[in-house]
Amino acid sequence: MKIHIPTPLRQFAAKQATVTVSAATVGQALDELVVTHPELKKHLYSEEGKLRAFVNVYLNDEDIRYLNDKENTAVKDSDSLSIIPSIAGGI
Amino acid sequence: MGSTTESIEQKKLVLRIGDTVYSQLRQHGEETYPHECCGVLLGQALEGANQVEAAIRAGNTRTDSAHNRYHIAPQELVSIQRQARERSLDIVGFYHSHPDHPARWSPTDFNEAHWLGCSYVITSVEKGVAAQTNAFFLAGTGEDDKRFEDEEIQVCPERC
Repeated sequence: MKIHIPTPLRQFAAKQATVTVSAATVGQALDELVVTHPELKKHLYSEEGKLRAFVNVYLNDEDIRYLNDKENTAVKDSDSLSIIPSIAGGI
Repeated sequence: MGSTTESIEQKKLVLRIGDTVYSQLRQHGEETYPHECCGVLLGQALEGANQVEAAIRAGNTRTDSAHNRYHIAPQELVSIQRQARERSLDIVGFYHSHPDHPARWSPTDFNEAHWLGCSYVITSVEKGVAAQTNAFFLAGTGEDDKRFEDEEIQVCPERC
């Protein structure tokens, strides 16, 4: 499956916009991503190993935090994961 | 000393944007006044410059406090990132407005900024009219050393 990397994190993923991994679940896909590109790990996860609060991961159009099986959700080769840091601010 | 001067010059940051797109993002802030507008800038990240090809309007989900806060739904960002891919463009920045407030980044803007290497464009909208527009480049390698640096806006006729 494909994992789409947002502009700021490409420098930690060999400058690739899309990384292809071979995985059966969302969790395995993310694990393979950070094993292949270890520099990404601290940008995606806190020291406790949790996905950082401002990092959103979408399986196709679904936030993985709201999937019934969360990281254990099964994936197909035709699925894609998008990593999207949040955008917010104000006065 | 020579190398210091050189490194400062190398760090000069530029946001290039066509005048139509520039007008569009400023007008967006007038339309949503007294609320904040927000959107995404698509283009190309070049050496020393982010070049904008299009501004995509986004909804402000902070309807509870839209006069002084903005937030773009991640789902909308996923969709905009897909649009960018289809057009062979990248997300190179974001814009929002500051209704009746200067076009400078705020502590909230800084704390909520996570897109390193991207440009954050802020337009002050005074009594409904777009006034100053400034751009800030989010520099650094991560959350620990991120910082906003002033970025020069170069408005080009039509496209840059």
